[in-house]
Amino acid sequence: MSNPVNLTIDGKAVQAAPGTLLIDAAKQSGILIPAFCYYEGYSLQAACRMCLVEVEKFPKLQAACTLPVAEGMVVRTEAASAVQARKTTLEFLLTNHPLDCPVCDKGGECELQDMVFRYGAGESRFTEVKHHVDEKQWSPVVYYDAPRCILCYRCVRVCDEGMGVTALGITHRGAYSEITPNKGDHLNCDQCGACIDICPVGALTSGIYRYQTRPWEMEHVGTICTHCSDGCKTTLGVRNNEIVRGNNRDSTGINGEFLCIKGRYAFDFIKHEDRLQSPMVRRNGKLEEVSWAEAVKAVAARFAEIKAAGGAIGVAGSVHSTNEESYFLQKFARQGLGTPHIDHARSGDVPALIHALAGKTDALATADSLYHAKAVLVVDADLSQQHPFLAFQVRANVRHHQAAVYTVTRGPVREEQTAAKAVHTADYLAGVRGLGEDLKKHADLVIVFGDGIKGAAVGELVAFGDSLGIPVRYVCLVDYSNSRGAMDMGLLPELGPGYHPAAVRGMSLPQMAASQDLAALWVVGADPLAGGKRLASGKAFVVVQDLFLTDTAKQADVVLPSASAYEKSGTVTNVTGQIQRLKKGLNIMGAKPDLEIFGLIARAMGVDAGRAQNEAVFEEIRKSVRGYNVPLPVLATGGAAQAQPVNGRVDVLPDPELVRSAGDTLFTSGSLGRYSKILGSVMEAPGALYKG
Amino acid sequence: MPYNKPHPAETIIISRRFHLPNSASIDTFLAHDGYKAARKALDMSQDDIINEVKKSNLRGRGGAGFPTGMKWGFVPRQSPKPKYIVVNADESEPGTCKDRLLMEFDPHRLIEGCLIAAKAVGAHQGWVYIRGEYRYLIDIMDKAIAEAYKANWLGKNVQGTGFDFDLSTHTGAGAYECGEESALLESLEGKRGQPRIRPPFPAVSGAFQCPTILNNVETFCAVPDIILNGGDWYASLGVPRAGGTRLLCISGHVQSPGVFEVPIGFPMMRAINEMAGGLRPGRKLKAVIPGGSSCPVLKADECDLPMDYDSLAKAGSMLGSGGMVIMDDSTDMVKAALRIIKFYQHESCGWCIPCREGTLWLKKILTRLDDGIGVRSDIDLVGELAENMLGRTFCPLGDAAALPTISIVKKFRAEFEARLAQVQVPAGVSESLVRIHV
Repeated sequence: MSNPVNLTIDGKAVQAAPGTLLIDAAKQSGILIPAFCYYEGYSLQAACRMCLVEVEKFPKLQAACTLPVAEGMVVRTEAASAVQARKTTLEFLLTNHPLDCPVCDKGGECELQDMVFRYGAGESRFTEVKHHVDEKQWSPVVYYDAPRCILCYRCVRVCDEGMGVTALGITHRGAYSEITPNKGDHLNCDQCGACIDICPVGALTSGIYRYQTRPWEMEHVGTICTHCSDGCKTTLGVRNNEIVRGNNRDSTGINGEFLCIKGRYAFDFIKHEDRLQSPMVRRNGKLEEVSWAEAVKAVAARFAEIKAAGGAIGVAGSVHSTNEESYFLQKFARQGLGTPHIDHARSGDVPALIHALAGKTDALATADSLYHAKAVLVVDADLSQQHPFLAFQVRANVRHHQAAVYTVTRGPVREEQTAAKAVHTADYLAGVRGLGEDLKKHADLVIVFGDGIKGAAVGELVAFGDSLGIPVRYVCLVDYSNSRGAMDMGLLPELGPGYHPAAVRGMSLPQMAASQDLAALWVVGADPLAGGKRLASGKAFVVVQDLFLTDTAKQADVVLPSASAYEKSGTVTNVTGQIQRLKKGLNIMGAKPDLEIFGLIARAMGVDAGRAQNEAVFEEIRKSVRGYNVPLPVLATGGAAQAQPVNGRVDVLPDPELVRSAGDTLFTSGSLGRYSKILGSVMEAPGALYKG
Repeated sequence: MPYNKPHPAETIIISRRFHLPNSASIDTFLAHDGYKAARKALDMSQDDIINEVKKSNLRGRGGAGFPTGMKWGFVPRQSPKPKYIVVNADESEPGTCKDRLLMEFDPHRLIEGCLIAAKAVGAHQGWVYIRGEYRYLIDIMDKAIAEAYKANWLGKNVQGTGFDFDLSTHTGAGAYECGEESALLESLEGKRGQPRIRPPFPAVSGAFQCPTILNNVETFCAVPDIILNGGDWYASLGVPRAGGTRLLCISGHVQSPGVFEVPIGFPMMRAINEMAGGLRPGRKLKAVIPGGSSCPVLKADECDLPMDYDSLAKAGSMLGSGGMVIMDDSTDMVKAALRIIKFYQHESCGWCIPCREGTLWLKKILTRLDDGIGVRSDIDLVGELAENMLGRTFCPLGDAAALPTISIVKKFRAEFEARLAQVQVPAGVSESLVRIHV
């Protein structure tokens, strides 16, 4: 710290950087000055007056949230005058507050309760009639109860500054002031629920969580969201083996407190009535429920027969399975079943990027670099739609560090709101090259690109990055929670784990579908026959492991119900290569985690593919997959460990034509999204916000 | 119609054109020294203008009384940003009605003051922010501004000096809060009229985050005579730390209410008895609000004092905006307190907790007291709640509501006690419980 400022807070000598706000300086030295409206990272309000403290030589109490530290300042945060002021401010605050804590969702984790407990008066002197207005529903997921609102304006700021949506404002004035949607009487927004989470009281409540439980009756399970590939940590509130809430108030994940609609609400697909409960085997043309033992026996026997006969077995892996599952699956397939035909639904050309970055270190960006880079270039991606957390990082970077953002996209995207330059073109590389002179000016750059840059174009993009003469890091966008892990684990016909060329090049998914000779197709958490497509090979034995009866499952000979990400443990790798741990939130009946199913089939076949157990498989991954030798304690404590798969050249590059993003929006999430009633309930497409 | 003839005891400087026929027209203005000061200022250096204003001891006429020259001196000389002039014509303080006369009868004086201020700091754009309720004044100001453009006292290359200055009116939408300078700037920028965190002050970061001189109408209007006759002359009219004259708006229980120009330090009782014609026959003075409703009230025996900043501060009140409200012995002080708090409750913007909730609570208790269903503890509660707002709100509106309330309860407590509910409170029962059954 250059030239720190020396001051005294509550008798404690404190040093702080010049310009530090008193409330921050106090926090850094372990002194918590109470506040409602002050919220780190968002603009200052000085509205709640709770942080008033006594500062020597000032005639009046001072708001610690707006007062910069000064040399020699002597501060008493708990001076009698300050405590009296807080007590009376709380007394004012409670005059029109309904005090309906017994039925309020926030009861037990309410900042107003905590504050009144600490500073409030024991009895109320207010004997007048309270001002009341009825509760309003702003969207399927957001309710507003104005009487509970303390008008701290956190929601307004998180929506405006954090999300870039500006859906909330203030209406009326004085004691009748209310928070209100800026357009009309409802929210046409991202429905991210950040306003609900940041609300210190029970004014904003969640449409799905409200009146479900008391906070202390839940078990809080920190795991990773299973929807997009950003890998946000979400804390599931589990009660009676049911998820009733998702939030991230402990801010321990890579995403801080950020969550989008999917992370916060869209876990409800797991209790959809169409969820598969029992294994099924096709008999007389119909799928019939059978026991697990029977189903596994049927699969193992048929696989053994085909293997013995030298028939081609195709394996389609999942973009939602854990790393352990994907690794075990490819190992079982390659070594146990002896088949090279392994693939998954590819959504970003990561192998081409790994290849192009050969020999470079520190060339893969993390979610954190998007917050710290001086410049960010977004190519062919609508981050706010498809990667809401990465978009949030970029916005925070602009807000806190004045980062320069450049976009090269086909149409308008939200990042343009704050972009230094926005280019609309379908010729992405040409658009990018046009920005060369601008990009060179910055100290460093992160380039985020979608599936419009694949194959040779990835190499050209990296060559362009090299030509800038500044440090450049990259993010190759992929679609789902473990799309990246599926590639790293070698669910590719050309490449094994760690991007090593496979011994024998197998068939890709379209090739399997088109093959006349395919003897079996084992589909794990994928839907290659979506839309009623048929395999060219009429005789193929089709096994499907899934949560739902997908189009592929409808054609299957055996269907095995599998567990969702919230019902199992393991690790997943996010879009920026950060490995995080899934923590099992609840137990299920009927379905089993994919890894357990693989193990059962292997055992029934008498194949030794290693122990089908998370820790054992992950240990093997650490040893054998390039870049995955990460420190275990980081994962064990819920942290994110960075995979570093870049090393040498990737000798066999997969066919870029197979790379295609599903193009999900904020409100869709592949097949899982179709079974989420919450995602289905928010009607207005968020895209409409950013056009015009 | 010209304004009424000045009272002989007045010192008419700023109001000297009020009584002229057709006083708002540029012809009348030019025929009576109009734009002479501006012409002079256009040839002066920035420092010379500011020094002259500093020497004049002119203090802001909006209410806070901040030295004007010092405020102008805060505007950074070397700024890459444009600088702006903003006139606070959001005259909303109850009891105050002086700015409307200045704009109605001598609008060119305001334009001239703005032009001099613009020259002093190097600003080329100004706005007159007029409260929405002064709709008719907007037409008058717009007409005057149009005349000034036509005569090249506004616009490009003013009077061939190479100095450009544009001025226009901007209408408020009817919020007292927008008279607070930073809320005014928010409103001017098209946002919700809520005050800003200060510092930075407008002189450094005002309208559109640019250095801005923001003064009251009367303050700008005082400038031309300072430039014309010198700061020393202006200072000599007033008292040692406050120069010049100011407009007193005397209303209430007097026989000839009106706006009168007096030197700062003029005796309050002379203003009431001579200029405003004294009280109605048979009535005695009870209380005076000396400078707008946000000032603590003075009891009759406290009113024998000169009207200057220091004397009023010593008496526990403020010179404020010059809005004097005279109350005779027919005044019901409980009603007066209620009327004042009703105003501030209505105007509280709601930004901060103590003002938002405190004003409503006070209004409810005072309403009850006025209705004769108050209990004894209410009287202390009113005083305490007002004290709890004082000095703790985000902007001065909270103080403005608290100060008169505290003073009325303290000085006229007997009137509150006489209005308590006439019920017997059984021993051991909380008084507030009784209220429910009254």
